[in-house]
Amino acid sequence: MRLPPVAITAIVFVVGFALCTVQFPNFASTRVAANLLTDNAFLGIVATGMTFVIISGGIDLSVGSVIGFTTVFVALAIERLGVPPLVAFAAILLLCAAFGAAMGAIIHVFDMPPFIVTLAGMFLARGASFLMSTESTPITAPLYSTVSDFALRLPGGGRLTAIALIMLAVVAAGAVLLHFTRFGANVYALGGSRATTALMGIPVGSMTVRIYMLSSVLAGLAGIVFSFYTAAGYSLSAVGVELDSIAAVVIGGTLLTGGQGSVVGTLLGVLIQGLIQTYINFDGTLSSWWTKIVTGILLFAFIALQQAMLGIARRAGPRKAGVLKS
Amino acid sequence: MNAASDPGPALLEVRGLSKSFGTLRALQEVDFTLRHGEIHALLGENGAGKSTLIKAVTGVFPRDAGIVRLGGAEVAPRSAKAAVDAGIATVYQEVNLLQNLSVAQNLYLGRQPTRFGLVREAEMRRRATELLAEFDLHIDVAEPLGNYSVAVQHIAAIARAVDQSARVLILDEPTASLDRHEVEILFAVMRKLAARGIGVIFVTHFLDQVYEICDRITVLRNGRLIGERTTAELPRIELIRMMLGRELAETTSERAAAQARQVGEICARFEDYGKAGYVAPFNLALRRGEVVGLAGLLGSGRSETARLVFGAERADSGSAAVEGRPVRLQSPRDAVAHGFGYCPEERKTDGIIADLTVRENIVLALQAKRGLSKPLSRAEQDEIAMRFIRMLDIRPPEPERPIGLLSGGNQQKVLLARWLATAPRLLVLDEPTRGIDVGAHAEIIRLIRELCDNGLALLVISSELDEIVTYSDRVIVLRDRSHIDELEGEAVDVSNILAAIAAGTTGAEAGQA
Ligand SMILES: Nc1ncnc2c1ncn2[C@@H]1O[C@H](COP(=O)(O)OP(=O)(O)OP(=O)(O)O)[C@@H](O)[C@H]1O
Ligand SMILES: [Mg+2]
Repeated sequence: MRLPPVAITAIVFVVGFALCTVQFPNFASTRVAANLLTDNAFLGIVATGMTFVIISGGIDLSVGSVIGFTTVFVALAIERLGVPPLVAFAAILLLCAAFGAAMGAIIHVFDMPPFIVTLAGMFLARGASFLMSTESTPITAPLYSTVSDFALRLPGGGRLTAIALIMLAVVAAGAVLLHFTRFGANVYALGGSRATTALMGIPVGSMTVRIYMLSSVLAGLAGIVFSFYTAAGYSLSAVGVELDSIAAVVIGGTLLTGGQGSVVGTLLGVLIQGLIQTYINFDGTLSSWWTKIVTGILLFAFIALQQAMLGIARRAGPRKAGVLKS
Repeated sequence: MNAASDPGPALLEVRGLSKSFGTLRALQEVDFTLRHGEIHALLGENGAGKSTLIKAVTGVFPRDAGIVRLGGAEVAPRSAKAAVDAGIATVYQEVNLLQNLSVAQNLYLGRQPTRFGLVREAEMRRRATELLAEFDLHIDVAEPLGNYSVAVQHIAAIARAVDQSARVLILDEPTASLDRHEVEILFAVMRKLAARGIGVIFVTHFLDQVYEICDRITVLRNGRLIGERTTAELPRIELIRMMLGRELAETTSERAAAQARQVGEICARFEDYGKAGYVAPFNLALRRGEVVGLAGLLGSGRSETARLVFGAERADSGSAAVEGRPVRLQSPRDAVAHGFGYCPEERKTDGIIADLTVRENIVLALQAKRGLSKPLSRAEQDEIAMRFIRMLDIRPPEPERPIGLLSGGNQQKVLLARWLATAPRLLVLDEPTRGIDVGAHAEIIRLIRELCDNGLALLVISSELDEIVTYSDRVIVLRDRSHIDELEGEAVDVSNILAAIAAGTTGAEAGQA
């Protein structure tokens, strides 16, 4: 029996958590666990969208900028224009949907590499947010304090915040969409082979548009969540988050070349990154850049692992003949 | 054969269809008529335009001119999906389905049974199992398709199309990787569909199969329609003349020539060579100038033997010797270093590098063998490429064309050329004539003999027993992953091979999954 990559991710997480607990006795508490979810809520949401994109054989580099754009858009709409927050949210999500759809359409129609198209999207979204404002705009709307006050109290003092709940809901919905619907099956199919998928009668174009749309909408939602988290809109927020989310997806066992992966794995990938950060906070002496270094090492290990597993699969060579009764 | 002389009403009519790729006119004003309930062979040489016709009709390629009518109404599908929706299901020549999805998902992709938007996984698996049972295939449909052999994958692709075919079923070389038994099952299914009034278009290079199952034949040559006949009134010689535009130089079944050949000393020897759970240990000695054929049913261990010999799989017992000296074959690299060459069965998916040109694909293995420090000059490369293009009649004869743009059969020829170019000591060919037309088929058999006369040792796998008998000096018969018999000299003939396979059959039933 070979372990699926996501099982390895789960083991890494559990072992990591256990090590932290050994070193810091009060680590294993609902408080730490709940904070882990809250602090990484926005990352969990974008990474869920990124999982779809990567499994379909693409990449979306624009998500970090879309988050930044969203925080600025929401802050300005609420604070400067006095738009009710919920209306601002609806508007930005629509805008994000259109943005993602446009990227998907360009990728499909002009047969351009997703890397290039979404890189352009990344500059575009970041540039647009600078255009709107270069300063950090605090958000003081009553909804924001209501949301940040809301929490489910856990035994042991943990507070499961609203944004953590939103993230868990997105992950759950994403898992259902990916693993139990036709849409999800088509996402895997695209990652297997675009040409074959098209010959099998799947509308490849509309799938591509919808996948990038999903990614951008989730990035928009992550932006809203980020604005709850920081209670501000700032054009420089979430720089590099696209890379963090790609790392989470890969550490979660999704094949960077597409065709294989899971949403649960991605959540674990996000939590592992969060765990490292939490460890550093507990330690108090380490530089927070260690998060990046350890993430880098893990990423490297996981990619090496995937290559090794692919190699083994290939060496296994001609495969089962199937039972052919003669 | 059905009563084909009474033409029913047309089901699918193609009129004046043309299609060019740049300056290459792949189809010129082709007409084609498929009637209700008939099985219609679409024949022609490699590159004649068969696959292009199918893709132009089903909307994969936009067409330059011409109309298509289905049941009297004009249709113009713009994608494979639109064609399926109109009732035309197709197994394209290159389709291998998706290796990363489960068998069940492959069969039902895009049309999975759902409830409240969720795929009913258990129901889908139940249906998939039932569908494959119709093809006498009993496998775990929850496993990834890539875990199964090419033949199983091919049957799955056919099953998917059969299940979708409402009015027309198109099969582009579906039998290329199937064994006799599966072919019979497929034919039974085709007959059943035809009896229901569905029209079936069948592309193949096996003329026996054409005469066995088809009611009518349409022949293309160089992108033009040559003619349409009923099978009953078209003798084989005449059919070949229509396809090639010339007589076929008679080369078939000259056992005598093979026997008269001088066989040299042993150049490679394998003793008790095997791998647990893969192939039972075998003894095999290959002599210079000798062709050894491997015969057996699908999954009997033919390709597995080849992979062991080539080091693509590591043996865990026995020893190997080349020219009397013991060697270790740990990887294909070792094998190449000892002068082995291997043209694998799955060359369509594994072998070609679609973006490289024909020339680059041909010199690839030779360059790898010489090492990077001794690059082939461009002039040498051109010379080698042109030599093989001429020798194997690769069309169009343009060394600078990306191989992905060649027809399926011509791609096969290029891959054969790649290994021939390395001038190996021992060449292992797995299904060398698969997907290759009658004209080139004879050429390749002639070439195999010529190579042996030059002192090469050959190990050839083929499902076509006639072909094996034609060129083999010795035939090893396999069954259930072990070598069960060896025929030599006079004993090499089709009925003896069949008897040897059948003798094994009475023993263990093929049980491994
Ligand atoms: N996508 C493409 N671009 C350019 N040329 C192509 C393309 N597809 C096919 N051709 C060319 O069109 C011609 C007809 O090819 P086609 O694949 O229809 O042959 P075929 O009759 O199916 O042959 P085979 O028996 O080898 O499969 C060939 O000369 C081929 O090189
Ligand atoms: Mg073809």
